[in-house]
Amino acid sequence: MAADGWSWFPVLAAGVSLFKCLFISSYRSTDFEVHRNWLAITHNLPVSRWYHENSSEWTLDYPPLFAWFEFGLSHVARHFDGDMLLLHKQNYASPPTVLFQRLSVIVTDGVFILAARECCRCVQTQRASQKAVLSRPSFILAVLLLWNFGLFIVDHIHFQYNGFLFGFLLLSVAKHLQAQHLQGALLFAILLNLKHIYLYVAPAYGVYLLRSYCFTESSTDGGIRWRSFSLLRLLALGSVVMAVCGLSFGPFIVMGQLPQVLSRLFPFKRGLCHAYWAPNAWALYNALDKVLATLGVRLKLLKEAELPQASMTGGLVQEFQHSVLPSVSPSVTLVCTLLSILVETVHSCVFPRLKPALASIWRRPRGARGFLRCLLLCALGSYMFGWHVHEKAILIAILPLSILAVESREDAGIFLLLSTTGHYSLFPLLFTPTELPIKVCLMLMFSLFSFSALRKLHSADGSLLHPLEVVYLLGLGMVALFSEVLFPLSPWKQRLPFLPLLATSVYCSVGVSYSFLRLYATLLRSDSKPKQH
Amino acid sequence: MQTWSLISICVLLGVVVRWGVSLNSYSGAGKPPMFGDYEAQRHWQEVTYNLPIREWYFNSTNNDLAYWGLDYPPLTAYHSWLCAYIANIINPEWVKLHKSRGHESPEHKLFMRTTVLVVDLLLFIPAVVLYCLYLTDGSSKKKVSVLLCILLYPGIILIDYGHFQYNGVSLGLALWGILGLGLGWDALGSIAFSLALNYKQMELYHALPFFCYLLGKCFKAGLIGHGFFLLVRIAAAVVVTFALCWLPFLSDPAQALQVVRRIFPVARGLFEDKVANTWCSLNVLIKIRTLMSSDAQLYLSLVFTLLAVLPSSIRLLTRPTFWHFKLALVNSSLGFFLFSYQVHEKSILLAALLIVPFPLCSMLPLLLKDGLLVPYAVTSTGFLLLSIYLLSALDHCTEDELQLTTYRKLFFFPFKSDLGCIVSITSVTLDPPSHLPDLFPVLVSTTAYLLFLGTIIHFNILQFSGPPSKKSQKKSN
Repeated sequence: MAADGWSWFPVLAAGVSLFKCLFISSYRSTDFEVHRNWLAITHNLPVSRWYHENSSEWTLDYPPLFAWFEFGLSHVARHFDGDMLLLHKQNYASPPTVLFQRLSVIVTDGVFILAARECCRCVQTQRASQKAVLSRPSFILAVLLLWNFGLFIVDHIHFQYNGFLFGFLLLSVAKHLQAQHLQGALLFAILLNLKHIYLYVAPAYGVYLLRSYCFTESSTDGGIRWRSFSLLRLLALGSVVMAVCGLSFGPFIVMGQLPQVLSRLFPFKRGLCHAYWAPNAWALYNALDKVLATLGVRLKLLKEAELPQASMTGGLVQEFQHSVLPSVSPSVTLVCTLLSILVETVHSCVFPRLKPALASIWRRPRGARGFLRCLLLCALGSYMFGWHVHEKAILIAILPLSILAVESREDAGIFLLLSTTGHYSLFPLLFTPTELPIKVCLMLMFSLFSFSALRKLHSADGSLLHPLEVVYLLGLGMVALFSEVLFPLSPWKQRLPFLPLLATSVYCSVGVSYSFLRLYATLLRSDSKPKQH
Repeated sequence: MQTWSLISICVLLGVVVRWGVSLNSYSGAGKPPMFGDYEAQRHWQEVTYNLPIREWYFNSTNNDLAYWGLDYPPLTAYHSWLCAYIANIINPEWVKLHKSRGHESPEHKLFMRTTVLVVDLLLFIPAVVLYCLYLTDGSSKKKVSVLLCILLYPGIILIDYGHFQYNGVSLGLALWGILGLGLGWDALGSIAFSLALNYKQMELYHALPFFCYLLGKCFKAGLIGHGFFLLVRIAAAVVVTFALCWLPFLSDPAQALQVVRRIFPVARGLFEDKVANTWCSLNVLIKIRTLMSSDAQLYLSLVFTLLAVLPSSIRLLTRPTFWHFKLALVNSSLGFFLFSYQVHEKSILLAALLIVPFPLCSMLPLLLKDGLLVPYAVTSTGFLLLSIYLLSALDHCTEDELQLTTYRKLFFFPFKSDLGCIVSITSVTLDPPSHLPDLFPVLVSTTAYLLFLGTIIHFNILQFSGPPSKKSQKKSN
């Protein structure tokens, strides 16, 4: 069996790629048209018009490197169906167009497959070759990454290029785990210029690289040795990042279009929450506001006519006001996000044991695993408190957590909770009846696998989940039954159409918030005792 | 990992792959006036729901038999009635007499696909799971591998969920029959198989082994004592099952006769379309269809079919063990497929199910016509990859399967699958020369035919050389 080695990896990768091809004709969201439009824009217009073109509502709002990526794709698209590249051909979706777009996602997932392989190499233990394939950490991680439910339905049914982007993120993480920091930094810089949402985890990279790469040594207790600062390394890092950003934004700075590009990348006009509330802290805040408003009207403390009429879960993305609790503006969310991750000197003086994530990684870094944990917390913190967060952003937390889950018992428990809750929160993305069996079966498959495999892996001391957590997860099943089966057949469907979305969002927020707090607790707890990586 | 979670994951994967294939086109989609098998099934729902039973198999103004007349036994008709009943609740437009002809809509497609999935979940998949758990030798890992291979076998998925048919019902019932016999519940197994026969007459391909096995078992138990009671029990079970299924048609002999005439259409000729059997392949060299009268063709196929299946069945009669039974099933179904009258390419599924890594390329022309190239390519490649990986990983297996593995290694992977792939790819990518428009379908069926011929010869040799001596059943990991 020792000769087996990694023979299972190509089978897993090829299997999932073939599996993805089966869903070429399934439901597509408007993101399909968005990307088709971007193919048309980049193919037909000169670079100077890319960020000014707005004849379609789907304007280019990703950084320039992604626009160049679409430009490259458009040259391949020509051989499938030239008509998809016509600029004013709205909602064009001929069979060759669909085939091309779907195949482009499947092929670019190759980056993700490469990244998964690198991550699996990092978690390989010495005793691996003696165990059966199904029990090896590397195998389990490979399945958790390659066959991730959330990534699958967002990329290959809903339609996006997240696999491609996450490939860069995970590859950069893997490089850091392998102590190749410059490569990791390069990959992350590329990623930032592909999709700027990853700015949320940039602080983790910044602090880690500065602390662990620029300061070449640590003192015996893990603290900073100021003398070991290496200017050369700092310059190397800086030049790599600058070079990538320069390549990407350079042409636009030269043309004086930087403000226009930035306004496209950061459109703060949109509301606090998406039409479907991402299950974060603001969802709970909104729900509380609604409850208080209803109570207030019932108890005659408020007049119904005075309440703002705008619906928060209406189909359109609009500005709205909270009724009872104070309204939340973008700056408020930014502050909350930063608070959750950055240093608060006053806080740390008054409560010395409470050290937020970045502070802890600065004071006592625990190698690359600590960096990964910090990245995770940055991602989750920004998900919890960010402005106009999409529910898909939960994947930025779930995927890196998979790496930690195959190595640590506690992280495995948190992973099970977060991944199940996070994946369920993606259900409203696929609302057609045809896709119902797909999402239910795939979710069950992934959950079954993650539970059984992780339980077997960490079988040492009892179960991974607290009984209350198990009850919560079973409750998810009830919410699913209600939303997918009972509600559509009930008489309330006309009067309260948003009820399933509300229920899903609020129920999942509880789970996600709880996971966030638990992850923070593990970081703080390990802060007090020295840990080896 | 625990076996039950592995099995659940395999079943779920099987279901998702089936549903993924069902997203594609079906037989006769958008092709008036006749459409295809999908419309045939919908039409049977219309006929059975709106007309009284005595009119189901007869030609009338309300029931035009030339437009997809019912040509399966009564159980299919009852199943169609049940589906129509539900269809009528959801949307009566789907089964309105005459007006619903050629009805196509996304909702209707969802409904029809769901009916296929539901019967698969009720009948076929549980039978496969139980078969792998209880009637397959080896470690639990091996059982799960076999389960995965059978569930992901592209043939039945593409035909049932792509082309559109209900083979899962008849194959599932037949598998329950095999399961019953394997576990020693002969009467129950016979009932299940009788139901399978009453669903699709193609199950007759398997009938001879069932008959010989059970008869042989009765003889062995001694016709004076225990064996006699067993015989009576089985016979009673079969007769009662048949009687119940045919009850509405037994009141009038003309009714029963008409049903028989519909399910055995001897007027249609030795073969239709391109099938990978002897007559179609022979037709390439000698034009039998024109040379012989239809009666002579009937007798010719009868003689050859009997010659092909009798040896294996008689051997089973003399040695009624489960191992012989399995092999006889394979030989019988292959024999019928290769030499029988009016065979359709889908009938190969019956043989294929039992020897899992079976060449699929014979069904390619049919699938291409339905626009199912992508699902075919994906499922066949995936299946090939999976079976190669799993079989090589399970190199150290019990002796019982050793001969089958040897056969697989010798015949299939280096030779057959390559050949199948080459033929498939060329038939899709190249255009045939103008004077031979049917070149590729004929090439495909002839190649497949030779492969099937090799298979039946091998399995007959295997059956006659007897089972390997069972020493201690060592359970390998």
